[in-house]
Amino acid sequence: MKRVVITGIGIYSSLGIDKEEVKDSLFKGKSGIVFDAKRKDIGFRSALTGMVKEPDLKGLLDRRQRKSMAEQCNYAFVSSNEALTQANIDLDFLSQNEMGIIFGNDSSSKAVIESVDGVRAKKDTTLLGSGSIFQAMNCTVTMNLSTIFKLRGINMTLSAACASGSHSVGMGYILIRNGYQDMVMCGGAQEINPNAMASFDGISAFSTNESNPTKASKPFDRDRDGLVPGGGAATLILESLESAEKRGADIIAEVVGYGFSSNGEHISNPNLDGQVRSLEMALKQAEMLPKDIDYINAHATSTPVGDTFEAQAIHKVFGSQTPVTSTKSMTGHECWMAGASELVYSMIMMKHGFIAPNINFENPDEFSKKINIFADTEERTLRTILSNSFGFGGTNSSVIITTYD
Amino acid sequence: MTRVEIVSKTKEFLSEEFEVSEEVIVDEANLQETLDLDSLDYVDLVVIIEENFGFKVQQNDFAEISTFADFYDYVETKVQ
Repeated sequence: MKRVVITGIGIYSSLGIDKEEVKDSLFKGKSGIVFDAKRKDIGFRSALTGMVKEPDLKGLLDRRQRKSMAEQCNYAFVSSNEALTQANIDLDFLSQNEMGIIFGNDSSSKAVIESVDGVRAKKDTTLLGSGSIFQAMNCTVTMNLSTIFKLRGINMTLSAACASGSHSVGMGYILIRNGYQDMVMCGGAQEINPNAMASFDGISAFSTNESNPTKASKPFDRDRDGLVPGGGAATLILESLESAEKRGADIIAEVVGYGFSSNGEHISNPNLDGQVRSLEMALKQAEMLPKDIDYINAHATSTPVGDTFEAQAIHKVFGSQTPVTSTKSMTGHECWMAGASELVYSMIMMKHGFIAPNINFENPDEFSKKINIFADTEERTLRTILSNSFGFGGTNSSVIITTYD
Repeated sequence: MTRVEIVSKTKEFLSEEFEVSEEVIVDEANLQETLDLDSLDYVDLVVIIEENFGFKVQQNDFAEISTFADFYDYVETKVQ
């Protein structure tokens, strides 16, 4: 089996447009959540969202390339560019060497809605334009990025609800570990437009603490009242150790464990057994004990039910000592992207020697009081971290990364 | 709509859509080569013509259009 390392990371989120900005936000516990008034006008129960600036790609990509890119592709291009730059990989290299791509993405709502609205208005599909089909397909991110970056290895999108980004890293890890690929660009992307989140808002999953947006996402807190949606994109360049050494690449971290499971029960409610199995599988894969994990980046989204189960699962497997925070307290729930972005956030913490705070954690509930949640930034050395992601349908993913020695 | 108006409007929307300088859109220039059109670009060309001139070009009609002058002639027949 091959060792799998990470040689580049990129991030574009409500916490910043690159690693440096995001590092500052994470360290300071700065929230990226705002009140988006237009959501009220179209019937949202909650107008809270993580806000991401639309990047201007004119001059970076030609018209043909931009025409096919949905909103989340734009974010993913920026994060992937940053990751490739850090990995010291350019288009010349990619034309000579095979890299694959697996990205988590589970919707392209805006593009779908605009195409349907367009054909209803015009009553003529040929007046939709050429970009519509390529923006509306669920694989829009991998379809576009593989073309832009001339990727010639595996090319697919992974849809697994809010665990999509995490599973993308897990699958890239499996492919490299087993020798099928030397390099895979993994990540997750999430559109933030209101249309993408209307049906999610419709099941009353979102916090309604609209008077205080930055306080609304409070994972593990007794008084949490729902999640806040967010988005953007995150990219990780996974590579075999041999490939990285051959290139003389700087190694950021090593992926050592990937656990997964399915609950096989309710479509939206989590269960304890599934999460525990995912955590235990990741530890077994990594040949580690619970005490070897220095920090857990929790999935915890700030929903009353979800956080309860994760607190129990963490307590059951890790006990009460391992530091835990949910960066969703600052970003909101970055859904399809979350598993990838939270690994990037964790690697930023590893590099700079701190644990980002679980902001808004003021009062524990009966389950969260049993685990070690940090409400404030903690400066400390992190060697090994575990990141959890869980999604609708009961899909669970846990990834362990460690510093490379 | 006069020929001058057609030419002016065409230069404006084609240069914006296909990101070329208006200066390269001259009567005798080849439309496909100047705008670097592939099959997907023709789809967008149909859309943008409909938006600006209010009629829909049939794909087959492009076979008769080589230069920008040909295009202006074609538009004149449609908007008059």
